[in-house]
Amino acid sequence: MRTFQGKVWVFGDDIDTDAILPARYMNSPDPKELAKHCMEDADPDFMKKMSPGDIIVAGKNFGCGSSREHAPLAIKEAGIACVIAGSFARIFYRNALNIGLPILESPAAAASLAAGSTAEVNLQTGEITDLAGGHKFSAAAFPPFMQELIAQGGLINFVKGKV
Amino acid sequence: MEQTLTEKILARAAGKKEVSPGELINAKIDMALGNDLTAPVAIREFEKIGVEKVFDRARLALIPDHFVPNKDIQSAALAEILRRFARQQKIVHYYEVGRMGIEHALLPELGLTLPGELIVGADSHTCTYGALGAFATGVGSTDLAAVMATGELWFRVPPTIRIIFHGQLPRWLGGKDLILYTIGQLGVDGARYAALEFCGPVIEKLGMDARLTIANMAIEAGAKAGLIAPDEITLAYLEGRAQRPYTALYGDAGAPVAREFNWDVSDLEPQVALPSSPANTRPVSAVAGTAVDQVVIGSCTNGRIDDLRQAAAILKGRRVHPRVRLIVIPATQAIYLQALQEGLLETFIQAQAAVSTPTCGPCLGGHMGILAAGEVAVATTNRNFTGRMGHRASRVYLAGPAVAAAAAVAGEIMHPAALREVN
Repeated sequence: MRTFQGKVWVFGDDIDTDAILPARYMNSPDPKELAKHCMEDADPDFMKKMSPGDIIVAGKNFGCGSSREHAPLAIKEAGIACVIAGSFARIFYRNALNIGLPILESPAAAASLAAGSTAEVNLQTGEITDLAGGHKFSAAAFPPFMQELIAQGGLINFVKGKV
Repeated sequence: MEQTLTEKILARAAGKKEVSPGELINAKIDMALGNDLTAPVAIREFEKIGVEKVFDRARLALIPDHFVPNKDIQSAALAEILRRFARQQKIVHYYEVGRMGIEHALLPELGLTLPGELIVGADSHTCTYGALGAFATGVGSTDLAAVMATGELWFRVPPTIRIIFHGQLPRWLGGKDLILYTIGQLGVDGARYAALEFCGPVIEKLGMDARLTIANMAIEAGAKAGLIAPDEITLAYLEGRAQRPYTALYGDAGAPVAREFNWDVSDLEPQVALPSSPANTRPVSAVAGTAVDQVVIGSCTNGRIDDLRQAAAILKGRRVHPRVRLIVIPATQAIYLQALQEGLLETFIQAQAAVSTPTCGPCLGGHMGILAAGEVAVATTNRNFTGRMGHRASRVYLAGPAVAAAAAVAGEIMHPAALREVN
């Protein structure tokens, strides 16, 4: 059972992958290098302010734009525990599942969670609790195939099992 | 049950009689693609899987195009990873500097993306190949690694949104104006997870270059793919070019779609997307007079020969405004050579433009034209997000080649038809 609590950082709608990880840093494929610039063009001071275990909360269409897996890799390596959004752009959604970055889709939680508050997340059930007011939200459940992908630890392990 | 073009292609690739939106399928990939930024991450993941050889060395294209010619030592190392892997795996479609082009211009030009095929690429603009009647979609590096190992990938069958353009496209307008208008109407997530299908009398008259521009930016409305059914223009383009036999597929008349839009474009003005979203579109007259520091004509969206011809028609006998830098980037070596033979490069250089070897360079703020804080660019590229072409306080306006060339001459955004009066 994976339940954790984390401080909430709030971003708006349509946060694109250029904002999450600007292309000028893509001359390195090293997740540690990428993590130094996580969210830089959305909030240049984000990496100075955040701590591992924190949670990113955003509006609709998080991760739109470029297919760069460098974006979810940077978020994961920075130590962000999960991303909660109103919705995710489709390539980012696949990439996050494939690399094992936990993501939760909940328009209600995304609209309600305030910057600086603390949220509790149960990745098994998809339940999100706003510890400030005690409100509970349910994230959309993953289809069974994707649950299997997550259970195996991402796409590479899944493929290893098949070849 | 009648099927859309998307459903026909995905059903064929999954070995099924039919598929329906929402269904999860496992499908065979006809062509896969990686570049100098995304393939090194895919190669790292591929090596973890533990298979020795890629699924088919003729169906994986590896194209160095983003940060090449190598822009710095780290980029040189990325290009080296790609080159070494291509040699080791005897990849047929690896193209070195001097032979390469921007991937989404190069692959169709080489006849490697064909009607009825299922194509994935570790680049979001892979959707470009939908212009040929393929289902083509962008994926991440780990998805590409899985394809490299197995030749297969899972998909959720998307619903189809049909866009029908009616009327007569006015002078100065092209594929870019149609797709910018579409994104402006739908919003950046209006087609999220869906396939866009473009059709109608306006599309039927467009050449392949304009069609490739339209399909290229389907992702900017959040779409998984953007398709145009093959017709005589498609088949003529593929004549003597297609490197594999193919079977064109067509959607059934009356196939149900999720949404359908009918737009008459006879009175449409050239379209411009204002900072910082491709959906922030306005008619050019709404932003006329906006001062410009740099103009870029090129990219996987608008770096093809028809685009260069449109720009040259405006630049011929004129000069770039003293305050403006104009950078022109033919998308492939073949386009570069053709532009040379047609005299377009001479027109650009006489107009005082900088002409570059093919590269994605400035489009994603990589190199060859980065913007300083406060600078304004008009670009024929595909994204104008915050910081996309440089400093996060720079601003990018997206437009077609005619509006971009007019802005370079006037030093400000202007309807191309208004240029006669000032120059």
